[in-house]
Order: sequence, then structure tokens, then C-alpha cells
Amino acid sequence: MAMIDTRYETHEHDVIVVGAGGAGIRAAIEAAEQGLRVALVCKSLLGKAHTVMAEGGIAAAMGNVDPADNWQVHFMDTMKGGKFLNNWRMAQIHAQEAPDRIRELELWGAVFDRTPDGKILQRPFGGHTYRRLCHVGDRTGLEIIRTLQDKAVHTPNIDVFMECTISHLIKNGDEVTAAFGYWRETGKFVLFKAKAVVLATGGIGKAFKVTSNSWEYTGDGHVLAYDVGADLIDMEFVQFHPTGMVWPPGVAGLLVTEAVRGEGGILTNSKGERFMEKYDPARMELSTRDIVAKSIYTEVKEGRGSPHGGVFLDVSHRGADYVKRRLPSMYHQFKELADVDITTGPMEVGPTTHYVMGGVKVDPETAQSTVPGLFAAGEVAGGMHGANRLGGNSLSDLLVFGRRAGMGAATYAKGVASIPAVDEAAVQRAIAEMVEPFERKGENPYTIHQELQMMMQANVGIVRIDADLRKAIEQLKRIQERAKTTSISGSVTYNPGWHLAKDLKTMATISEAVARCALQRTESRGGHTRLDYAEYDPYWSTVNSIVRKNADGSMEVTTAPLPVMPEELKKLFEEEKR
Amino acid sequence: MAEARLKVYRGDSGGGQYVEYKVPVEAGMVILDAIHYIQGAYAPDLAVRWNCKAAKCGSCSGEVNGKPSLMCKTRLDDFDLSEPIEVRPIKTFPVVKDLVTDVSWNYEINKRIVPFTPTNTNTDEWKIYQDDVDRVQEFRKCIECFLCQNVCHVLRNHDKKDLDDPKHLFAGPRFMVRIASLEMHPMDGANRVPFTKNEAGIGYCNITKCCTEVCPEDIHITDNAIIPMKERVVDEFYDPVLMIWRKMTGKK
Ligand SMILES: Cc1cc2nc3c(=O)[nH]c(=O)nc-3n(C[C@H](O)[C@H](O)[C@H](O)COP(=O)(O)OP(=O)(O)OC[C@H]3O[C@@H](n4cnc5c(N)ncnc54)[C@H](O)[C@@H]3O)c2cc1C
Ligand code: SF4
Ligand code: SF4
Ligand code: FES
Repeated sequence: MAMIDTRYETHEHDVIVVGAGGAGIRAAIEAAEQGLRVALVCKSLLGKAHTVMAEGGIAAAMGNVDPADNWQVHFMDTMKGGKFLNNWRMAQIHAQEAPDRIRELELWGAVFDRTPDGKILQRPFGGHTYRRLCHVGDRTGLEIIRTLQDKAVHTPNIDVFMECTISHLIKNGDEVTAAFGYWRETGKFVLFKAKAVVLATGGIGKAFKVTSNSWEYTGDGHVLAYDVGADLIDMEFVQFHPTGMVWPPGVAGLLVTEAVRGEGGILTNSKGERFMEKYDPARMELSTRDIVAKSIYTEVKEGRGSPHGGVFLDVSHRGADYVKRRLPSMYHQFKELADVDITTGPMEVGPTTHYVMGGVKVDPETAQSTVPGLFAAGEVAGGMHGANRLGGNSLSDLLVFGRRAGMGAATYAKGVASIPAVDEAAVQRAIAEMVEPFERKGENPYTIHQELQMMMQANVGIVRIDADLRKAIEQLKRIQERAKTTSISGSVTYNPGWHLAKDLKTMATISEAVARCALQRTESRGGHTRLDYAEYDPYWSTVNSIVRKNADGSMEVTTAPLPVMPEELKKLFEEEKR
Repeated sequence: MAEARLKVYRGDSGGGQYVEYKVPVEAGMVILDAIHYIQGAYAPDLAVRWNCKAAKCGSCSGEVNGKPSLMCKTRLDDFDLSEPIEVRPIKTFPVVKDLVTDVSWNYEINKRIVPFTPTNTNTDEWKIYQDDVDRVQEFRKCIECFLCQNVCHVLRNHDKKDLDDPKHLFAGPRFMVRIASLEMHPMDGANRVPFTKNEAGIGYCNITKCCTEVCPEDIHITDNAIIPMKERVVDEFYDPVLMIWRKMTGKK
């Protein structure tokens, strides 16, 4: 058995931000610019968060290419894409503030692709009425995270802690007052005391087998918040992106950016039919993601799929030069990983688990959760995207609500006189939980993780039915029990098996939330498709799902009425109909 | 099913050795898939960095049969599988464990480079054409894999990494690219040329182009970033006209 040092180091800051993707870094910059001392903690190296992988673009109604665009249209597109389950106020703030966040990025050094008259170029994307996505080829996320990262490291008062994983939040009374975790490099424990905590940890895709997400997407922030009593909303809404790679096996699930369709890519089945004509003749390939994903699923299920169980996506008619210039990383990705030249022929694509719309319930103005002192922004937060997210609306969400979370946390922290005390017993419980896997004999966490992924993919995936969901909830109970008995070999230094032992519990919890919400919502809407309830249900258009931890540790799933949209916004939709 | 043998470096700052593992080969498999297989089947504690698995994040740098590579982009079927494939961490930075190295030095260097400093803070007044920024965008493709830092002999063999002594410090090709991206930005007003000469140690580079050869983003590091920066250093420090002007005006 490894000897484990159970001591811990302590840091004190006004605000701790957990997560250094777009949302987390933006939050840290804002809080620091308000004069507070900020800890920015992330479990990978700085600059490697998921945001770096975003490809297609960032949505903002700048009107550079289509001058008719404005926030109202962006707001309406977002609500329609989300099947009106979005928090209307978040969608409004997002549409109003996104253009300013883009200008600010430029001012911090981002270099977007240009229009012929020297402005930021914007491209079309699914569900967006106008050409709205600012982009840099198909590496928009890299541009954004690098810009934010450089801004942050040159902003005084931000201390960066990288390759440091937060495993527990610690409460004192009703308030969150500390985050506890460990350095991946050394395995040493660390406590961050703070007046306010911002969660910006991203998504949950690693609970599924076929996913575009990295090892980081284990739902940490969702479960950290849930464990300290915060409400989660709409966890049944997981986005299955219509186009992931399907072949070869090692890259199955890797994202094929929607920009391929934005740049004119055409979807066909094995009979050569352009099948989107059947499902959404008006918008065709640029329909919303939920619709395109379900269409592909149906084509494959009905026997019209490609050799490796997908469909064909072809952009080669745009010509080799155009494709290489506009979609350079897609060109390389297929060439190098699949031996396919997308400038001369089609790619094979199929749905992949991509994004979670559900998340921590937050106040639209301040991004505060239902727990005082705890804030959330980015993919970990819920409400903004409703039942289905439009492409490009995540990157803008990160900036708009990352900034607001930083502001919200700063305001909250300024109201707290001194760094609050920390409950030492809770710290000791966290340490004991982390040390356990070294001290017992049990299963390999990798084995259980693979089972979890297969199970979620099969039962809580792109189409769902009552019986499968109940089976999933049963099996999750057993997985949760087994996850408490895993054992680990080796030392605490950079030990991925040890990290997975903890992540596994987290994924099992968030998976239960997804399955229970999916069982509760007896209708089909956006990313949530029930074969046994295939239609919209008027009742379910009036409520969000709520997940909460009961005092006895069990999971409670209920509903809450949607916030009521004010008349002047409702009018926008009525005027459009006329 | 075909089988590959991987000899993977296992060790930490105190030293280590190669351990051989057998991995069943699937179509299209990359080295990182094989490493993940080893973690699941034999060695859950095998340390490796990765995120995107799509050559976008620059986390998974290593040396495969001696060649600096992204492990997520290096395919098993490029190798003769009758021989074992050797996988080791990049060499220029100290090993933390197994395939993971301590690259924090690079983050220290980045902090020293004066950030983007716009000459006009009203972006609505900016007119930037695509031609003006093609070069800058080439530099901004950098995914910070640090493979160029790994192969540059100034860092790898001569260890010019002394953060406390500019005489023994070379910022390395990655940061020459970074400096060039800022210097060539049409709206930037800062002057990083003295820094490039005196603190970033551009004089150490003798244009061997090894960095350019390994860059997974095909950035022309030497031709497009380093040589133009060297020219700016020459213009600013050794140009006789400029030198007289400096003496007369007393400006640096
Ligand atoms: C391949 C791909 C392409 C995409 N393309 C687009 C696009 O074109 N346009 C668009 O709008 N959206 C796109 N998205 C979605 C978008 O990129 C993500 O939703 C977004 O980047 C999430 O940002 P974030 O700041 O919330 O989290 P992330 O960028 O994922 O950052 C999460 C951070 O939290 C840290 N973290 C997590 N858990 C812990 C813990 N326990 N302790 C400490 N730190 C922790 C991580 O280390 C990381 O720093 C894409 C997504 C993928 C996967
Ligand atoms: S060209 Fe210069 S920076 Fe590049 S490897 Fe050679 S010496 Fe190093
Ligand atoms: S310049 Fe190229 S090789 Fe160097 S860090 Fe950037 S991407 Fe990697
Ligand atoms: S894992 Fe991102 S570059 Fe290899």
C-alpha cells in the first residue's frame, strides 16, 4: 500500500474559479478587474480546456455580413432552437451582450477571419437566421482560449493553479467557503478558502461511450454543486451532435464541425438521397442539431446507412482550395486519421454525445446558484439553451455569463468581511474518501467506467423509452455501489487510475440525474427523444426539470414552472407570425 | 487480430526504465489509443496527458521511436509491427512521471512577453483586411505542444533555460512565434524588439530549422517568424542610420 501524506496546503483568495475554459477564465478576469484576489484552478494545463477544441465559431448578432441581424433575431433563434424551454432572460442577455464580448476579444488580441471590407467575417450555422458566427477557419476555440489565457496571465491578482483537481466543496453553515482538491502531479492535497466560488467545469460527455468530449468531461461541477445542495435543471437534455466520425474505431465520436454544413456540405444516405429533404425541406442540412441527429439516426436504423453505420457528408463540390482554406483542421483530421480526402469525396458521419444543456440552476443576472456564494457559468450552468443548443451559442455563452459570474462573485465577495472559517471535519472526510481506493482491494475503475459508458449509450442515448430508463436507473445503483469499492495501484503521483476512481462516482451520480429526468419527461423535445412519447406535450412546455439532493443523500427529481416571458418579448414572436 | 508491442517509458524524476506491453491492433489505431489500452488492461497508473485526441490541444507530445510526435496523430500502421515501438516523454523538460513532463518553464516565459497593446481601443474603427493578418493567423495556429521547444538544440542540448540569467536564456521557437504574432499584428503598438534580443535570446538561434520540421501545425517557424524577427533586431540595433538617430535623440 502506498504511503499517503494526508496533510494539506491552504490558500486564501476572495474568489476561487474552478475551471479554466472560456467561462472560467472570463470569470477570473472580471473578478480580478474588480480588484479581488482570484484563484483560477483547472485539472489540465492552462489552455487545454475543452474550449480549445471548439471549431465552427462564436455566435453574435454583429450584422457584419447580414446587416439585418440584431439581438432580437438572435434571441428568437435561440428560444426556438431551445424549444422555448430556455430561461428567456438568459437568452436575452446572451443575445444583447455577445457582440460586446467579441469586440473585447479583439481588443485583447484575437484575430478573426475578415470580410472584404475589413470587418469580422460571419458564417451561417444551423438554426441561425442570419450569417452570425465569427470564426477563425475551424479553430475558433483555440483563438478564444489563447486570447483569454494571455489576458489572464497578464492581469494582476490572478493566481493560476493548473493540473489541480477540485474533488469537494466545503460548506460552513449554508455557504460554500472552500474547495478541496489535489495536485495531479504530486497527489498532495490542497484547500482553497474563499468568499465565493465560481464553477466553470464544462460538461458530462464521458458518461457516454461515443462522445466528442475529453477525459475532463466527467460532470465534476454539476456534482460538486449538487452535493452541496444546489439545484440542477433540465438534465435530460443532452445534445447528440449529428456529425461525429464513425470510422476508424479509435476516432469514433470525434467531432466533424457543423461548419462543414455551414460551408455547403450535403448529407446523403446509401441510396444517394439527400434525405434532409424529407425531414426539414426548408432548412435542409442547416436545420437544428436535434433534428439532423434524429434524421441520421432514422436513416441508419431503416437500413440506409453508410458501410460503418453512419451517413455521407460531402463538401468536395466546393473545390479543394476552398475546403482547405475554410476547413483546414477537418481536412487534416480525415486525411491523417481516416485516410479520407474530403476535398475529393464524402466523409462518413453519425451522431456523437457532444454537449449538456442541463446544469446548475443560476440567476440570469448574477449567475448565482441556489446556494449562496456558489456561482456557475459555461457548460456546467443550465437554462440558457433550453432543450437544444444552437451551434456557436456556447462560446458566446461562456463569455457573456463567464463575465457575469465573475461580477456576481465579486459583488458577493465584497459583502463578506473576511475569509470564512472552514469545517475541518468536512476536510478530513474528503481526505479519507480520497485515500480509500489505495487502502482496499476491489475492482479496476476502468472496467466499471466502460460498463457505465455502454449502459448509458444503450439506455439513455439518442432515443429513450420507459423500460430502458428504469433499467438504467437500477443498473446505476449497482454501479454507484461498485464505484465505492474500486482499488488503485501505484503511487499518488500523476495517477490516472486514482483520478478515475473519483471521477467514476461523479459520473455515476450525474448519469442518474440524466436518466431520472429523462424518465420524468414523458414527451419528446429537443435533445430528449422518447419513442414511447414521440410528440411535444403542452404540459411539459411549461416546466423545467429540477434535480436536488435529499437530506438522506437520495436524489429527488421534480419540476418547476418556467419563468414567464414579458409581453414585449412575446410580441416579437407574434409579430413574426403575422 | 494483429498485435503491437509498445516499449513505454515508466519512471519519474528519479529515473526509470522501459516496460513492454502487448496491444491488440484495431484499424486506424493511434499511439494514444494504445496507451489508453495499456492503462485499462495493465497499468491504470500509467501517466499521460491528453485532451482532444484530434491534434488540437497539444497535450499529448512524446517521442515515438525517437521522433517527436503528437501521440493522438501517430498511427500504429505507420510502423513495422514486428518490432516493438518505443514511446518516451519529450526530452527537453524534466519528467514528472512516465510520459508526463514538467512544461511550466514555458508558461513562465509567456508571462514575460508584453501582451497585445492596441493603438486604438475603439474596435469599430478598425479596418483589418484578410491579407494583413494571414501571417499572424499562421502563428496563432500554435497549439502549444512544445515539440519545437523539445527539438531545438539550444534548449535540448545546451539547456539555455535559466530564468534568472538572460545570458543563458533562449525563449525558444514557440515564443519566437508568439512574439512575431504580436509584432506583426496590424493594431499592435508595443515594441518587443529589445526584449527579443536581450531577454528572449534570439541570437542563440542559428537557423537549423529543426523546429519547423516537427511543428504539427506546419507553422514556418524559422522562415516566417524567427528570420523576420532577427531582421528587426538587426535594423533596430545595428543599423547605422538608426544608431546615429538614437544618439542624437537620446532615445533607446
Ligand atoms: C469538438 C468540439 C467542438 C465544439 N465547437 C463549438 C463551436 O464551434 N461553437 C460553440 O459555440 N461551441 C462549440 N463547442 C462547445 C464548447 O466548446 C464548449 O461547450 C465550451 O468550450 C465549454 O466551455 P467551458 O468554459 O464551460 O468549459 P471547458 O472549456 O471545458 O473548461 C472546463 C474547465 O474546467 C476544468 N475542470 C473540470 N473539472 C474540474 C475539477 N474537478 N477541478 C478543477 N478543474 C476542473 C477543466 O480543467 C477546464 O479547465 C464544441 C465542443 C466540442 C467538444
Ligand atoms: S531554427 Fe533556431 S529555434 Fe529552430 S530549432 Fe534551430 S536553433 Fe532552435
Ligand atoms: S510552434 Fe508548432 S511545434 Fe511549436 S509549440 Fe506551436 S504548434 Fe507546437
Ligand atoms: S490529445 Fe490533443 S493534441 Fe493530442
